[in-house]
Amino acid sequence: MNSYLKRLFWPLAVLVALLIVNIAVTGFDFIVPSVHDGRLGGAFVNILRGAVPLLLISLGMTIVIATKGIDLSVGAVYAIGAAIACQWILDRDQSALDTVFTAVVLALVVAAVIGAWNGTMVAYFGVQPIVATLILMIAGRGIAQLITGGQIPSVSDDTPFVELGRGAIATVPVPIVIGLVVFFGLVLLTRTTALGMLLESVGGNPEASRLAGIRSKGITILAYLICGACAGLAGIIGSANLGSADANNGGLWIELDAILAVVIGGTALLGGRFFLLGTAIGVAIIGTLEDTIINVGLSSQWQFTAKAIVVFIVAILQSPEFRAWLLKPFRSGSAAEPTAPEPKPEEKAVAK
Amino acid sequence: MLRKAIVGLGAGALLFGSAACGADDGDGSGGDSGEGLVVGFAQVGAESAWRTANSDSVQAAAEADDRIDELKFVDAQQEQEKQIEAIRNFITQQVDVIVLAPVVETGWTDVLGEAETAGIPVVLADRGIEAADEDLYVTRLGSDFVEEGRKAGSWTVETFGGGETTRILELEGTVGSAPANDRKTGFYEVLDGEGLDYELVDSQSGDFTAEGGKSVMETFISTHGLEEVDLLYAHNDEMGLGAIQAIEEAGFEPGTDVQIIIVDGSKAGFEAGVDGKVNYIVECNPVFGDQLMDVVVQVEAGEELEKFTPVEEGVFGPDDFEDELPNRQF
Repeated sequence: MNSYLKRLFWPLAVLVALLIVNIAVTGFDFIVPSVHDGRLGGAFVNILRGAVPLLLISLGMTIVIATKGIDLSVGAVYAIGAAIACQWILDRDQSALDTVFTAVVLALVVAAVIGAWNGTMVAYFGVQPIVATLILMIAGRGIAQLITGGQIPSVSDDTPFVELGRGAIATVPVPIVIGLVVFFGLVLLTRTTALGMLLESVGGNPEASRLAGIRSKGITILAYLICGACAGLAGIIGSANLGSADANNGGLWIELDAILAVVIGGTALLGGRFFLLGTAIGVAIIGTLEDTIINVGLSSQWQFTAKAIVVFIVAILQSPEFRAWLLKPFRSGSAAEPTAPEPKPEEKAVAK
Repeated sequence: MLRKAIVGLGAGALLFGSAACGADDGDGSGGDSGEGLVVGFAQVGAESAWRTANSDSVQAAAEADDRIDELKFVDAQQEQEKQIEAIRNFITQQVDVIVLAPVVETGWTDVLGEAETAGIPVVLADRGIEAADEDLYVTRLGSDFVEEGRKAGSWTVETFGGGETTRILELEGTVGSAPANDRKTGFYEVLDGEGLDYELVDSQSGDFTAEGGKSVMETFISTHGLEEVDLLYAHNDEMGLGAIQAIEEAGFEPGTDVQIIIVDGSKAGFEAGVDGKVNYIVECNPVFGDQLMDVVVQVEAGEELEKFTPVEEGVFGPDDFEDELPNRQF
C-alpha cells in the first residue's frame, strides 16, 4: 500500500499544482461548488462532470492495458453507443421511460459485444491488440454513420434520456454518480475478488498463467468486454449531455486521451500492473488542464503544446532514473560514504 | 490440384467481371453523343449534414437541368486517393467537365495536369487548392468565409454601435482551418473599420462541434460570468447550439441575456432562432447545385470566369427565422 501511494504522489502533485494555478487566476470560486437549479455547479464540478466519459473509457482502458493489451476502438465505440441510443429514442416515443431504458441497454449490449469481439480476435485469433482494435477504430465511425444515416440526430429536451447527462441525484450531477459507481464497482471487482490478480497474471505472462490453470483467453475477452461497455456508456452520457449524437466528432481522439490518463496514473503499457485510482487522477489532470489553458488566458493554439508539456512533466517525474539524476548533486555528499565501502568485499571475492 | 482449379476459376471470374465493368463504362460514356453535358463530381464525403445537403443539392440540380445529361457522382469518403482515382476515371470516360470538392489543398498538380492535357476543364466546388495550382482550374465556386465574418460584424456594429463598450465572447472553429481564420478576420475587420467600442472578453476554439462549444462555454461562464457579456459569436451552428445549452444550464436566457450570432444556418440553428435563442444567422449555403450547373455550362462553353465565384448567401434576423425554417435543407 505504501508503494501504491508513492506511485500516486507525483500525479497528485501535478493535479494540485494545476488546481492552485486555477485558484490563483480565478479565485476560490474555482474549487468551491455552488448549487444551481438543484444541481451542483461551479468550475471544478463542471470539469469533473465533463470528464466522466473520459474517466469511464480510461478505466476500461486500464483493465485492457493490465492484460498487456490496448484498445484503440473506444472512440469509435463511443460514437456507436451514442448513435444507437439517440437514434433509437428519436424513432420512438421520446418521453417514455421504457424507450430510454431500452435504448441505453441496447447501446450497452452492442458496445459490450464489440468489446468481446475485440477480445476474441486478440485471445483466440492471436491478432495483436493494436491491430485488432485498429480495425474497429477505422470502421466504427462508419458504422455509427450508417446508424444515424449521416445526420446528427437530436433528441428532444423533454426526454428523460438527457437527464443522464444533465440531471442530478441529490444535487450531485448524474454523470458523476455514474462515474463513481463504475469506478468503485471496478475497484471492488478487481481488488476484492481474484479477478484483479488474474488480469495482472495474464498481462504478466499469458502462457505461464495458462499453464498455472488460469483461463487466460476468457480473462482477455472479459477485459475487452468491460472496456467496450465502458466506452458505450461514455457515449451514452456524452450524447445525453448534448442531446445529440455526432458520428464524426463524438469522442474523437478520446482513445489517445484515455491512454494518456492511464499512463499518467502509473499503469505501465507493458501490462501486469494496474492502478484504477491513478487513472482517475490522470483523468482529472487532463480535464483540469483544458480549463486551465482557458483560465490562464492562453489561446487555443496552445492547447496541444500545453498538454504535451504537462504530460512530459508527469512522465519524467515518474521516472526513478530521472529523479535519481536530478537529486544526484544533493545526495552525493551524504550517500557516497555509506555506499563506498560496499564494493570492497566484492572485489575481494573477484580477487579470490 | 482441386485448390489450384478453384483459384484459377476465381481468377477467371474476376477477370471476366472486370471486363464486363469495362464494357459498361464504354456504354456509359456514350452520353457524350447526346446534347447535354456529362459532368464528373468528386465529392469530399458525407462527413456532416452540411455536406449531405450539398451532395443532394448538386445531384438534384443535375437531374432537373436539361443542359446536363449525366452527373457521375463519386463519394471519396474524405480520402484524397479516392478523389484522384475518381478524376482519372473521369478523364478515361471523357466527361465534359470535372467538378472537384478537394479534401485537402495540396497534391493536385499531377492529376489536374492530366485533366488539362485531356482538354477537360476543372471547376472547384466549396474548398480551394494551393495557389501554385491556380492555372489548373477554371474557377472555384464556394463560400466567401471572410464575407460571412463581415456580415456578422456589420450586424454587430448596427446592433451595438453608439452604446457602451460591447463585451464579446467568441467560439472559434478548428484551429488553423480556413473557415475559422476567415470568419474571425472578416468579423474584426468590420468591427475595427467601423470603430465599434468593443472588448473581446475571451476567444477559444470549440472545434466546430457541439461538444466543444458546450464545454468551452461552461468554462467561459465560470471564469468570466455572463452578467457583463453582450454578445456571443459562434463560428458555426453546432458550437452555438452547444453554447446555448451551457447558457441555459447556468440559468441565463440565450438570445436575451446574451445576444448570439451563428454562422451556417442549419435547420437546428433556425429552430433555435424561432425559439428566440439566436439573434442573427449568417448563412453558409451548401445548396448551390443550380449555381454550379450554370457555372459548369459556362465553363464548357469556354466563357471567361473570375477565379473565385462566391455562392449566393443570405443573412437572417429574428423576423425571418420562422419564414425561412421550411426552406432549410440540412
